Amino acid sequence: MKEKTVVSDIDRNMYDFRFDDSDAYKVSEGLTPDIVLQISKEKNDPEWMRDFRLDSLKKFNEIPFPDNWGPSIEGLHMENIITYVRPNANRMEDSWDSVPEDIKDTFEKLGIPEAERKSLAGVGAQYDSELVYHNVKDEVAALGVVYTDLESAMKDPKYEKMIKDHFMKLVPNTDHKFAALHGAVWSGGSFVYVPKGVKLDIPLQSYFRLNAKGAGQFEHTLIIVDDDAYLHFIEGCSAPKYNVANLHAGCVELYVGKNSTLRYSTIENWSKNMYNLNTKRAKVEENGKIEWVSGSFGSHVSYLYPMSVLAGANSRSEFSGVTFAGGGQNLDTGCKVVHNAPNTSSVVNTRSISKDGGISTFRSAVVITKNAKGSKSSTSCQSLMVDDISRSDTIPAMDIRTGDADVGHEAKIGRISDDVVFYLMSRGMSEEDARALIVRGFADNVGKELPLEYAVEMNNLIGLEMKGAIG
Amino acid sequence: MDEKILEVSSLEASVKDEEKKILHGVDLSVGMGETHVIMGPNGAGKSTLGSVLLGDPRYVIDGGKITFDGSDITNESTDKIAKKGMFLSFQNPVEIPGITLANFIRTSIENRTGERIKLWDFKKKLKETMELLDMDPSYADRDLNVGFSGGEKKKAEILQLLMLKPKLAILDETDSGLDVDATRIVSKGISEYKKQVGGALIIITHVTRILEALDVDYTHVLVDGKIVGHGGRELVDEINENGFTAYEN
Repeated sequence: MKEKTVVSDIDRNMYDFRFDDSDAYKVSEGLTPDIVLQISKEKNDPEWMRDFRLDSLKKFNEIPFPDNWGPSIEGLHMENIITYVRPNANRMEDSWDSVPEDIKDTFEKLGIPEAERKSLAGVGAQYDSELVYHNVKDEVAALGVVYTDLESAMKDPKYEKMIKDHFMKLVPNTDHKFAALHGAVWSGGSFVYVPKGVKLDIPLQSYFRLNAKGAGQFEHTLIIVDDDAYLHFIEGCSAPKYNVANLHAGCVELYVGKNSTLRYSTIENWSKNMYNLNTKRAKVEENGKIEWVSGSFGSHVSYLYPMSVLAGANSRSEFSGVTFAGGGQNLDTGCKVVHNAPNTSSVVNTRSISKDGGISTFRSAVVITKNAKGSKSSTSCQSLMVDDISRSDTIPAMDIRTGDADVGHEAKIGRISDDVVFYLMSRGMSEEDARALIVRGFADNVGKELPLEYAVEMNNLIGLEMKGAIG
Repeated sequence: MDEKILEVSSLEASVKDEEKKILHGVDLSVGMGETHVIMGPNGAGKSTLGSVLLGDPRYVIDGGKITFDGSDITNESTDKIAKKGMFLSFQNPVEIPGITLANFIRTSIENRTGERIKLWDFKKKLKETMELLDMDPSYADRDLNVGFSGGEKKKAEILQLLMLKPKLAILDETDSGLDVDATRIVSKGISEYKKQVGGALIIITHVTRILEALDVDYTHVLVDGKIVGHGGRELVDEINENGFTAYEN
């Protein structure tokens, strides 16, 4: 068949290159107090952190695996997961030239240094368990913006207390089994502090790359945006494909001050052997706003439900998400909003696509407490099943405890309409291109919220996924 | 004119996966540049005929043959038929988010010709044609048919007709649901197609306002999936007066 695409093509293999990790320092598989202590020692933790890790391990052993929740994680065996892999880099660098060649090569292929030069205020790059590169533009640092790794910030007397006061306070280690796991073995991630009144108009970006086979990545992102400030933070993730399970159990905690806005964009493109069991949460003060933008394309199984806690009056949450589940993928995504102050508002807008037997489930939970008089919430989720063997479900939950709230939910599940395919083909478009166009158009409304280069990447991925979809 | 753009012989078709036969042996011969009108009562199979000619996969051809511009297209796919130069103006154009009207037309032209067109030339031509059809230029950058009124959707079909320049255009109830002004503009667009492109037309209709300004060469009456009457322009007027009773069992 003659191949023709509307958008330029990328090779999915671009994510699949990998390097030998035989020289890297790793802990043994599984999870024991010894392994946790070894990681803690490796990272030279302060005492409180070491104790927190051990406490988290205890919680991990106490809390049962989730049963009866979403897709099965039976293929994940904790005793086989290597929780810490230190890349072959001596330390975190602030110049790409100092980063070891093969690791630098990886990020070059992913386009990170180029994006940094063009359109970012700062970049962090994590390879397996550690940050290998971190840099902020001088003019951004001059504004007092802190963007560094959590480990070094934790040892800096200026930030130690701030971190102690916020680290795993929004997502406690009792939250669920993988939050406890994260507390025990977390490594890498970012710490961002935006001072009062600072509005950063270009984004910061962290990129997480998991290279080692059978490993877990447990990065922790802690962002504190002080009052009257603005930040756009982008995170990207990818990994090469292996035939054994890899695990990602990151944790993101976002604190949004009064009158501030934080936009948090994620594009997740893990390989299809990944269990992505990630926890993200934001707390928003008076008049503040959190904007979640989420593109989920990879992983074998995902549990991902970013949560907004609207703690201050008039605070707002907006969630825009696209999920694409292909063959062998079971993506359970959605979001949760807790309205706990007067006149708060939330908007949820999602598109999910399933194909080749992929399963995508959208879950939302809106809680409006009795403190949240005059609050508004609207949820719209749309699903598109590309063929007859794929599946899509919507599970909305609402818990409204005040009479004075305006809550709406709208869900649409559909298939590609033959009418539309015929119309496009009647103008000379091939069936494959017609279907790709329909899927792209379906995702467009939310996809255009993604940062530009990722929106392009999403379109390319859809084109690629739809190629050969016609028998 | 001996040369035929379209030859349909004994065409039988039914709805896919159903036993329901819609076309029971249709014969139709259209010469280059001719204008044919197909009239018939509701449910006679007029729209089905238009779709089947374009290879709509929702129908199965049970018998007969379709020859278009010298080649057998009976089992050809819709996109290939379109590329050969057949066009269908839809009775109910669908809404397609994610591509603008302008980009869609440009992509369609490039699919049809296999050549890149210069953006500047394209924009100029599109603007002129939209003016001719009294379309607000902002529609060019709106998603295809999304939120267009019924009249704007029909105009967008005629805009595509004029931009794509097919050898044969089938207009399926293009005049239905249009007010007097819109009908006049659509009719003007169709005349312009005849003038600029000189292609053949098959106009499927049950009202005749749209035909007033057009030269009709042949009229066919389709009843119960068969063509039961032929004539010239005068047949249109006759049916207007007497309806289809003379042709029905």
